[in-house]
Amino acid sequence: MANVTLRSLGKSFGKTEVLKDIDLQIEDGEFVVLVGPSGCGKSTTLRIIAGLEEASTGTVEIAGRVVNNLEPKDRDIAMVFQNYAIYPHMTVRKNIGFGLRTAKKTRAEKTERIEEVARILDMTDLLARKPSQLSGGQRQRVAIGRAMVRDPAVFLFDEPLSNLDAQLRTQMRLEIKKLHQRVESTIIFVTHDQVEAMTMADRIVIMKDGVIQQVGTPSEVYHKPANTFVARFIGAPSMNMLPGTGTDAGIHLKTGLNFTGGPAVASRREVLLGVRPEDLVPDGAAAFVEGKVTVQEPLGHETLIYVDTGAGEVIAKADGRRPPEVGSQVRLSALPENVHVFDAVTGQALT
Amino acid sequence: MTATEIRASSETLLAVQAPRKAANLAQFFRWLILFLGGILMIMPIVYMLSTSLKWPHEVYNVNLWPDEPTIENYAYVLEDGRFYGWMINSTIIALITTASALLFDSLVGYTLCKFRFPGRYIVFIAILSTLMIPTEMLVIPWYLMSQQFGWLDTYWGIMFPGLMTAFGTFLMKQFFETVPDDFIEAARIDGLNELQIWWTVAMPLVRPALAALAIFVFLGNWTAFIWPLIVTNSVEMYTLPVGLASFGDEADVAWELIMTGAAISTIPTLVFFLIFQRFIIRGVVMAGLKG
Ligand SMILES: Nc1ncnc2c1ncn2[C@@H]1O[C@H](COP(=O)(O)OP(=O)(O)O)[C@@H](O)[C@H]1O
Ligand SMILES: [Mg+2]
Repeated sequence: MANVTLRSLGKSFGKTEVLKDIDLQIEDGEFVVLVGPSGCGKSTTLRIIAGLEEASTGTVEIAGRVVNNLEPKDRDIAMVFQNYAIYPHMTVRKNIGFGLRTAKKTRAEKTERIEEVARILDMTDLLARKPSQLSGGQRQRVAIGRAMVRDPAVFLFDEPLSNLDAQLRTQMRLEIKKLHQRVESTIIFVTHDQVEAMTMADRIVIMKDGVIQQVGTPSEVYHKPANTFVARFIGAPSMNMLPGTGTDAGIHLKTGLNFTGGPAVASRREVLLGVRPEDLVPDGAAAFVEGKVTVQEPLGHETLIYVDTGAGEVIAKADGRRPPEVGSQVRLSALPENVHVFDAVTGQALT
Repeated sequence: MTATEIRASSETLLAVQAPRKAANLAQFFRWLILFLGGILMIMPIVYMLSTSLKWPHEVYNVNLWPDEPTIENYAYVLEDGRFYGWMINSTIIALITTASALLFDSLVGYTLCKFRFPGRYIVFIAILSTLMIPTEMLVIPWYLMSQQFGWLDTYWGIMFPGLMTAFGTFLMKQFFETVPDDFIEAARIDGLNELQIWWTVAMPLVRPALAALAIFVFLGNWTAFIWPLIVTNSVEMYTLPVGLASFGDEADVAWELIMTGAAISTIPTLVFFLIFQRFIIRGVVMAGLKG
């Protein structure tokens, strides 16, 4: 059980700065997901917490003590790697027990612990097998077992699901979440997949180019994105961004229509109006999106429609049974609370 | 099945047959070349065995099967007490150098592969560049050095140049590249020290390379001739090849005895090879496992 605190953490490889001034407070028992596009520094952050990489600046605290100068094994952490890092020349039992090699326990205690973990992960009958005789999901479970066996205060996961197929990924997502409820340890989980982040996290940390963009609960980052990057990154399909200008009467959009009811925007200020496809609804009166449907993408319970506004394309979600025909004219609007306004230059939210 | 369908499938069959004929021919030539190569490789061994069964007067006759085959040569060599001494010398020297080269080559190879430290590249290049220096050029400095240290005519003197090999270091470094860094870091998190990681994680995963290197080094030392010849003086310290070459006198080389000794001395190498070859095959199977 431990909280993790990163204070003005920075990391450079030679001249390239890959992490800039990372400040993050993770509570005891919290499930935090670091998410961002590939190369944004998620793994590096995790590896610094694990002690596999040294921080260039700043400190890492685990359970209240600064661990910058501690070896990985002394930090009371365990890590699960993307490629599982389970050893092909050892049986499942040996692989799981590997984490106990240096533990001060009797052989009987170790055996008992290994079997307990195997029971939790539902792989008691696989203990004698070699990794080559396991499926991808089972290998992943062995890797998790190996991390669990030492009962660490903090679990670190680096994209552990990205080698699994879609169905298995969904299943493992759930299993890891259940596991978290059971062990109540702090979990820091890295992924580039925003769906994984949304479904698993207590709190999400969104990163880009080595800088934290926003920290918040899934609902916060979804409903109150701090900037256009977060707004576009979270949610699929991405949030529509409509360029416009502030006027006394609201926002005058490039499409020629006006949006009223949002926050007051200074006259002539260039802004981006963000609205999610699912928030756009047909509305004749207050519509601020108007155009011709160019493409329909049926998804079953709903249909995505692509609307050509004359000043860019807008994606909207429509009813799955009776979507507007291709070629038909639609007028769409959204509730003011579902519309986000960003500064066009800085990308920061204006609310 | 309708008639048209049958016709269609027989047409495709015909279409396939023409290229298959060409493939068969190519296959035939491939086999032929391999067959000729095989003959070429096996001839020295056949002649070794055939000569070992000949009387001295027939040695320079190139017939494959001796006119009067004899096992007299085997009796002679095996009764000659010196032969056993040389066999023991060679065995001890080849085993120790093999063990030592495996240990040090893999340690250095691992270090050069998995650790980032200043000068790493220079060290690697320096080790590699010694591969370009032929033994013949090194023999004189080795000899002078051995003389200074009093290593002449000792096991240590025979062995020391081969206790670590540049080739083996290079080979092991390349093979350690195939061990994912994740494996090593996971072990580090689990609290193993670097030596334990090398031994329990990395070494088992490069077993095929170790087996191949063991065979190379063992054979190399088993058959080494120039250096053992130079560094040894007394007949008791001779290795097998040096001892065998000493059969006969100044005027006449006793080829039938040399070939007999050579034939006997291939037996340990054969055994060694068969043992380690199993590791190579098993290792290759194991390497097929991906994350
Ligand atoms: N050992 C290294 N040496 C140099 N650059 C590195 C090293 N490790 C990572 N980087 C760089 O740091 C950046 C962040 O990498 P990483 O943390 O792995 O990203 P992510 O996990 O978010 O995809 C990348 O641009 C990557 O190229
Ligand atoms: Mg990564």
